Amino acid sequence: MNNSLLVVVVASGVLYGTPLLYAALGELLAERSGVLNLGVEGMMLMGAVMGFWAVQSIDGGSTVSLLGGIAVAALAGALVSCIHAFLVITLRANQIVSGLALTIFAGAAGLSSYLGNDLNLAGSPARHQFQEVMPQSLQDLPVVGPIIFGQSILVYASWVLVAVVALYLTRTRIGLNVRAVGESPAAADAMGVNVKAYRYAHTLVGGALAGIGGAAFSLSITPQWVDGLTGGAGWIAIALVIFAFWRPTLCLFGAYFFGAFTALPFALQSHDITRFSGLYPMFPYVAAIVALVLVSSRAARMRFGAPGALGLPYVREER
Amino acid sequence: MIRIERRLRQPWWLSVVVPVVSVAVAFLLTGLVLFATGHPPGHSFRRLFDAAFLADGALSETVISATPLIFTGLAAAVAFRMNLFNIGGEGQLYAGAITAATIALLLGGAGAPSPVIVVAMIVAGAAGGAFVAAIPGILRAFFSTSEIITSLMLNYIVGVFLTYLIFDSHSYLRDTNGFEAQVFPQGKVFSDDASWSSWTIHGLVLPLGFVLAVLLAAGVWFLYTRTRFGFEVQVIGDSPRAGQYAGMRTRRKIVAVMCLSGAIAGFGGASQDGDFRHQLDPQGLQQANYGYSGIVIAALARYNPFAVVLVAILLGGLQNAGFTLQGADFPAGLVGVTQGLILFCALGGELFVRYRVRFNRRARVTTTVAPEPAP
Repeated sequence: MNNSLLVVVVASGVLYGTPLLYAALGELLAERSGVLNLGVEGMMLMGAVMGFWAVQSIDGGSTVSLLGGIAVAALAGALVSCIHAFLVITLRANQIVSGLALTIFAGAAGLSSYLGNDLNLAGSPARHQFQEVMPQSLQDLPVVGPIIFGQSILVYASWVLVAVVALYLTRTRIGLNVRAVGESPAAADAMGVNVKAYRYAHTLVGGALAGIGGAAFSLSITPQWVDGLTGGAGWIAIALVIFAFWRPTLCLFGAYFFGAFTALPFALQSHDITRFSGLYPMFPYVAAIVALVLVSSRAARMRFGAPGALGLPYVREER
Repeated sequence: MIRIERRLRQPWWLSVVVPVVSVAVAFLLTGLVLFATGHPPGHSFRRLFDAAFLADGALSETVISATPLIFTGLAAAVAFRMNLFNIGGEGQLYAGAITAATIALLLGGAGAPSPVIVVAMIVAGAAGGAFVAAIPGILRAFFSTSEIITSLMLNYIVGVFLTYLIFDSHSYLRDTNGFEAQVFPQGKVFSDDASWSSWTIHGLVLPLGFVLAVLLAAGVWFLYTRTRFGFEVQVIGDSPRAGQYAGMRTRRKIVAVMCLSGAIAGFGGASQDGDFRHQLDPQGLQQANYGYSGIVIAALARYNPFAVVLVAILLGGLQNAGFTLQGADFPAGLVGVTQGLILFCALGGELFVRYRVRFNRRARVTTTVAPEPAP
């Protein structure tokens, strides 16, 4: 029963959805503060390459090096997101072009590839990778075994993160300030909220989470480093934020929805469904376009729209 | 105390000086990346410029690398001018390459005169690119779906399809008979009458695609500065509401501009087939990142078609050198790093075009002046 197509797809949908979830939560935080960062793909790849490098070079047990890997990945993501933050918050540059520049700079043909090749990371598997943590008896339970108990610590941590982000944005003073900054920076400024500091902080946290998402690829899914291993996951994460109406809990389901579409080709092939199999990798991208069209109807946008000041620079003198 | 204030008038020379300085700063920063990773920057740059412009035949290679970049740069510039962020140039170029290759194989060697085949390939390539670009255009115009993400998703979709045609299927475009094709899947090679001509001037090889791309740049300039269509595009780009109140058909224009942008990228795909590759080459096209470089070029050229040509030659040289030197002491990815840095610097430089930075030395004096009564 645990080998049936549906269970396999859902279980591996959770696996493939986890990097999307981390990246989407990060992007959600940045966008809720009014900063659109289209550089997710680049930040994920930086996290993937640096996290992998850290695990390969830190001497120690698997726990130490994996923790180190995640920390380095988060740091790498946050560092490259600094460039975007500086350009759009301090220098008031166009957020769309700056985000694209970040993806070109750090992406599959950029810094991540340069570092990966320069550090000779390709070709060897990760020394340590994230393993299933629950006891085997739980993993053997029908249906819920592989889906819920057959996952690594990254997945459980992401569930905690969803709850934390959701509570942060709705139940804490700082979280409410973030939303004020994203909806109406002028009003937030008048309230005494430091708009620039909030935007910097959330863009950087967004970068860190994208970096962790990238490390989920190189330390859990693949688990090795190849050029451009995220294959557009960063862009799907951006679509996911829109699809989830900027709400963390919906991101959770959206991530697994897209994760399942990413996992579907492999599952179908292992069940000997191979007709036109070369076209199956299109699934997640087609699903993303369809999902975006569905949620961009006028009614949906009026009810659960984007943050009011998303993509706009805030200049106190020009409000 | 540093103050940033909006310029009321932008001096014309700033739009020349700022991009030039941006490129210079970007190269400095690239040198820093090289230095930080233990490569001597001076030596690396000398080799880079040698391979791009100075060595024997380097300039011809650079022109070859620049040709697709002019197309994708123009494609991006045409759309960006209207604030339509078509970043699907990559996929639109693939689509153009697929349709043009189909036409080249259908008509090639069947007795049609070569110019007819070339024109048919161009029309087919442009149509293929326009078709792919129309999807995000229509979705944007009628469902207000962000064209950024949909056009980008289409890059991956068309990319998968392109690979599928040659690697995972027995399509019409795939060579299934040749000796090499038995070992490694590849596209059918076109017959000679489907390959585009080129001219050699003092040892510099100018492919037909390059000449057409330059003419196309002039055409785009004319369209955007001398016609009603171009005027309306600029108005809608600067203020969509003003355009609507003036009775301009915004939705149609969005679809039209996206199709135009896609057609230009698709034209570039046809040029790739006819000028250089003479077969459908999924790997070569996908490794080159022409579409993404086009975005950098358009932004650096500040959407000016003639500047696109110049910037494309500069970045083409960089790309050409990157490919030539790629190896152990010259890691792949350096080209993207430099391109990204150029774009960052150009964006940062934009601040100096739009704003004036003032160092206010009298800050201390002004604080002692009694505050004016509130109005």
